[in-house]
Amino acid sequence: MDLAYFQLIDRITDLNIGEKTIAVEAQVPQQNTIFEGHFPGYPLMPGVLLIESMAQTSGWLLIALMKFERMPFLAAVKEAKMRTFVTPGELLNIEASIVHEGSGYAITQAKVSVGGKLRCNATITFGIASFPNADLRGHMEVMAKRIGFPQQVIAHG
Amino acid sequence: MGTRPRIMGQALRGDAAIAGQYGTYLQFIKGLMMSSTFDRVATIIAETCDIPRDTITPESHAIDDLGIDSLDFLDIAFAIDKAFGIKLPLEKWTQEVNDGKATTEQYFVLKNLSARIDELVAAKDA
Repeated sequence: MDLAYFQLIDRITDLNIGEKTIAVEAQVPQQNTIFEGHFPGYPLMPGVLLIESMAQTSGWLLIALMKFERMPFLAAVKEAKMRTFVTPGELLNIEASIVHEGSGYAITQAKVSVGGKLRCNATITFGIASFPNADLRGHMEVMAKRIGFPQQVIAHG
Repeated sequence: MGTRPRIMGQALRGDAAIAGQYGTYLQFIKGLMMSSTFDRVATIIAETCDIPRDTITPESHAIDDLGIDSLDFLDIAFAIDKAFGIKLPLEKWTQEVNDGKATTEQYFVLKNLSARIDELVAAKDA
């Protein structure tokens, strides 16, 4: 997890195109300036970043389903529940599945667990658009390789 | 024999009446189907966007009259997709409007949207 660059996903552990599900791991760093402010003497992973981690997980699932031809952008977050605190150094298991694939939009359900226990979950809506430029697509391909995105999906995209 | 013409006459009048009623019945059913779709869409819009149901009419333009923005319309599209078991082709419609091949009225005036939904449902069931 690279908080400074907002890259919250470390690796894809399971991507099932048929079932339209994904599972990833994300290691919350032990030290980060964010924890100095959130909160002094009581460091907690901010809820908005947990939501972002669920959105990024969902995003990789959607990119895979769209064969890397288009990109999802966060549009709405519903029913986001921060159930239990997430603290520095914890390993997050994040899962996402598809609720609905519409025309130009998609809705996912995602959840964050630590050690098999649910910490937070949300229903997330994405607008789907073409990659706005080649630079971003190239960057996403580099990111995809880094987190273990199945390369055949890119190659055939 | 004397009664036959009368019976035939009654039968003819009856057939004509039935035929007339049947035509009216078809129009009624068609109207019911249309209004049913419109009613469901109007209810979805009212609940999704917190718009008073009685302000939503078949002539209402979702964007221009009801002020629904594109993000709220995604919620409506999702609810419609789910309720009718279809996939509103929003991207195709948007492209057609952007290309000048269609007007927003064709897709976003609610009576027209309801008709498009009926077409999509019919195509799905065909």
